[in-house]
Amino acid sequence: MWQPSAGRDALLARQNLNQTIRRFFAERGVLEVETPVLSQAAVCDPNIEPMQTSDQRYLHTSPEYAMKRLLCAGSGDIFQIARVFRRGEAGRRHNPEFSMLEWYRVGWGPQQLMQEVAELTRTLLAAGYPQLPVMTLHYREAVQQYAAIDVFVATDDDIACRGMQLAGQDLQLSRDGWLDVIMSHAVEPALPPDTLVFIDDFPASQAALARVEKNADGMAVARRFELYLNGAELANGYHELTDAAEQRRRFVAEAGNRPVDENLLGALAHGLPDCAGVAMGLDRLLMMVLNHTDISAVLAFDWARA
Amino acid sequence: MLENEPCSIIENEYVKPGKGQAFNRVKLRNLRNGRVVEKTFKSGDSLEGADVMEVDMEYLYTDGEFWHFMATDGSFEQHGASAEALGDTVKWLKEQDVYVVTLFNGAVLTVAPPNFVELEVTETDPGVKGDTAQGGNKPATLSTGAVVKVPLFINIGDKLRVDTRTGEYVSRA
Repeated sequence: MWQPSAGRDALLARQNLNQTIRRFFAERGVLEVETPVLSQAAVCDPNIEPMQTSDQRYLHTSPEYAMKRLLCAGSGDIFQIARVFRRGEAGRRHNPEFSMLEWYRVGWGPQQLMQEVAELTRTLLAAGYPQLPVMTLHYREAVQQYAAIDVFVATDDDIACRGMQLAGQDLQLSRDGWLDVIMSHAVEPALPPDTLVFIDDFPASQAALARVEKNADGMAVARRFELYLNGAELANGYHELTDAAEQRRRFVAEAGNRPVDENLLGALAHGLPDCAGVAMGLDRLLMMVLNHTDISAVLAFDWARA
Repeated sequence: MLENEPCSIIENEYVKPGKGQAFNRVKLRNLRNGRVVEKTFKSGDSLEGADVMEVDMEYLYTDGEFWHFMATDGSFEQHGASAEALGDTVKWLKEQDVYVVTLFNGAVLTVAPPNFVELEVTETDPGVKGDTAQGGNKPATLSTGAVVKVPLFINIGDKLRVDTRTGEYVSRA
């Protein structure tokens, strides 16, 4: 199949999107950077499967690690539009090779960054969504409201039981695995339509590279947020963990047999400035701009034609 | 195969939170009873394939309990379908017509009729001459017992072409 999967209008929309992003950050003094696609170390997240080249390099699954090394070296605010790769992620909203916008704001917390994420998203979607209200829910509230379960009180069995109802069978999952079922099957589809919905303060067990802090109720939560629009996840952000020892502990616990990024840990030991960072899926944004339901329609050549 | 029942996948949606477990939400149709169920699987999980085969077969006869079919590929292989496997297709059965028989582990699972069958009218009100395109219709019972709506000019003994997907009269054969 030699023909493209995207129409010319989608190619043009992508050009406009990239130009708007670059202008947005240029106006705000955020530096555009490029970091290697091929790295000696792999992502540690066990839910993300990296691809590997024949000479033992890993294709990055996000530019996060390298950008944090730049932050440690004193780059200040930075952004990158990167092509990233995740093995096996193919579907209506997934392509194993996709475009990610990632940026970091030094000295900012999650609240300030969420505001900027909302501002940029509204700018990028202005044509299709002139009115785009913003709403923020804590993870606990969202699950309580849309799945009728209090994740900070519920036992593992309560959560597994609710998850099994939604999945239709026992998938033998961990507590976090069942929470992913509840989020993706019950919460995400029920979020208010045509609204930018931020969900923040995740369970501490889903912190990834975010800080864990006590919230107002004294519960440990991950300072992490996700942005959803019409049931699709658009962005994931952190108040970045700066504690090198804690980061090493999380990496070692999760890495399995993948090589841990000692360069990143070295940089964190040197010192990551207090910052917040976020990654946004540009192909999904384009799907919304163009009102497409399949990601292939915004890719010049989708996975099957690549 | 899902819970020992042969199914076909009618929809398969990949779902993955950026930082979480990947799932496939799958809609499956039970090939035996046509019921659709929705199940979620972990991505990468596999299900046993069902030993299901579709064979063109000619309808022969019924012994009251089973309806017997024979393969048209020259093998003369015969299978008997139960009333359950036959389902609504019983309304469109005519000897020597060819049906698509779905076999599961060698037994008849379902029988699908051709899109069009030709059947004789055994009962209907007398035909009205001169009435062609316009004006009303009436019920007619066919040789198989199926009842279809037909134009007023149709008589007992006429052969009709019927669309089995909609159960509607198409034309005189």
